[in-house]
Amino acid sequence: MSAIAVEPPGQRDVGSVWRAAARALLFVAVLAAFWGLWEGYRALWIHEAWTWPFAVDSSTMPHLHDVIRALFKPPSSGTGNKLITLLLHSAVFTAKEAAVGFALGASVGFLLGVVLSQSRLLQRGILPFVVASQTIPILAVAPIVVVYLGSIQVAAWFSVAVIAAYLTFFPVTINTLRGLHAADRRALELMRSYAAPRRTVLWKLRIPSALPYIFSALRVSASASVVGAIIGELPSGIQEGLGGEILVFHQYYSLDPTQLWATNIIAAALGIAFFIVIAIAERLVVRRAPENVA
Amino acid sequence: MSVVVLEGISKQFGRGGTTAVQGIDLEIDEREFVSLIGPSGCGKSTLLRIIGDLIEPSSGKAVVNGKTARQARVQRDYGIVFQDAVLYDWRNVTKNIALPLELAGWSRKRRQDRVREMMELVELGDFGSHYPWQLSGGMQQRVSIARALSFDPPLLLMDEPFGALDEMTRERLNLELLRIWEQSGSTIVFVTHSIAEAVFLSTRVVVMSSRPGRITDVIPIELPQPRTAVTREQPRFFELVTRVREALHLGAELDRAAAEATG
Repeated sequence: MSAIAVEPPGQRDVGSVWRAAARALLFVAVLAAFWGLWEGYRALWIHEAWTWPFAVDSSTMPHLHDVIRALFKPPSSGTGNKLITLLLHSAVFTAKEAAVGFALGASVGFLLGVVLSQSRLLQRGILPFVVASQTIPILAVAPIVVVYLGSIQVAAWFSVAVIAAYLTFFPVTINTLRGLHAADRRALELMRSYAAPRRTVLWKLRIPSALPYIFSALRVSASASVVGAIIGELPSGIQEGLGGEILVFHQYYSLDPTQLWATNIIAAALGIAFFIVIAIAERLVVRRAPENVA
Repeated sequence: MSVVVLEGISKQFGRGGTTAVQGIDLEIDEREFVSLIGPSGCGKSTLLRIIGDLIEPSSGKAVVNGKTARQARVQRDYGIVFQDAVLYDWRNVTKNIALPLELAGWSRKRRQDRVREMMELVELGDFGSHYPWQLSGGMQQRVSIARALSFDPPLLLMDEPFGALDEMTRERLNLELLRIWEQSGSTIVFVTHSIAEAVFLSTRVVVMSSRPGRITDVIPIELPQPRTAVTREQPRFFELVTRVREALHLGAELDRAAAEATG
């Protein structure tokens, strides 16, 4: 409730441009520092021939520039295309699985949170199972899902999306629940003074005040859905995605480790891209005081 | 006609817990401006919430507008203003004011017209598209008052609405509140800590004391209407302030005596 004066809009724009530039610069600086650390560590360990915690050579820690270079060469698995073209195609395929899985998981997670918030009994009865669902290793569940859905003629990529959804829904459910209970006590009293029905309180107060909580879960889930999709591809026999590429380049690792590293970079970039999309959506959707922005 | 009738109202929190208020009888007439004043913990906010049916009394009867407090709440017979403005961060000023109108199912056109009227009434200028966190505390409280009055309730409940504001803003909003009270023709029940504020605004000041919360004195304030900044400088104003202060001290002494008696 502090008395914040209204910023003149012009000043604000200039400020945000500077901030954006500063952030871009910081990003580059951190990247450069990481590069330096990697190469420095590598050089030192090789020079001193240290073997703890592991012996450093070109197979455990390839030069980062070799990894980047590998992206622009044809892979050892054949075909004339550059590795990056191949990986980007795979990334698009995996992105589709992850996006569908994310949408599925986020919707189910949100609805489950809303339903559970309506009854304490329901919450006590079901929440333990929701938590337990996350203690089952995804690698154990994935083949079951693929086999089961395959037997009812569901496309394999959709099975993978379901596995990604499995990793996505949990944080959304938990944070939706927390957010729905976090509505301000006075704001609830206000709704009571208007004799607002439960449904209205949910729509006009509880869900809007839960949005910051829900979005922080979505940010985590967005990246998790990419991981879920990649893991889901491993037992499903799907070749077209990043999971398939990881399996292939794993076999070539001793021959050329840079290709697996390059695949990791693309996979990480995909996870980051998902995160950024959600972060942008959050800025567009959630209206709140600047001091509360995470 | 009485807008509020309280008969033998008591409220205990929890089983055998603290008694917030005890044996409250109070009648408030139409067009009155009644302040509830007393030390912290005297149950003045509790009393306000019982009138608004935000909490239920343990015993006694609350009648609002000739109905039970509950019926009055369900039929939206009162607007309420809290110490914090309690605006919704995701709604701009216009939409915050329109919230109760939305809930009452008003058409968009009617809502817009009424919001414009309200913005004029509380002098919000063209801040309609601003968000709450872009406003000062005083401005936020104006929005809150506009929201409470938007559906034209016959009764306005105010729980230390200016308690968090600085003295200057508070005095200005006091004057504005009196103007709004005159224009809207509503009845106001006003909870405050400030003796001067209570005397300046009210037609009657209800003095309460704590443990348990009860009414120790009711002081009519016969200052001429309309009241202006000059009112605060008149001898009669100071006499009444002294009168309320003495009543509060007497109440505090009764508290001590009661505390000593119960050991």
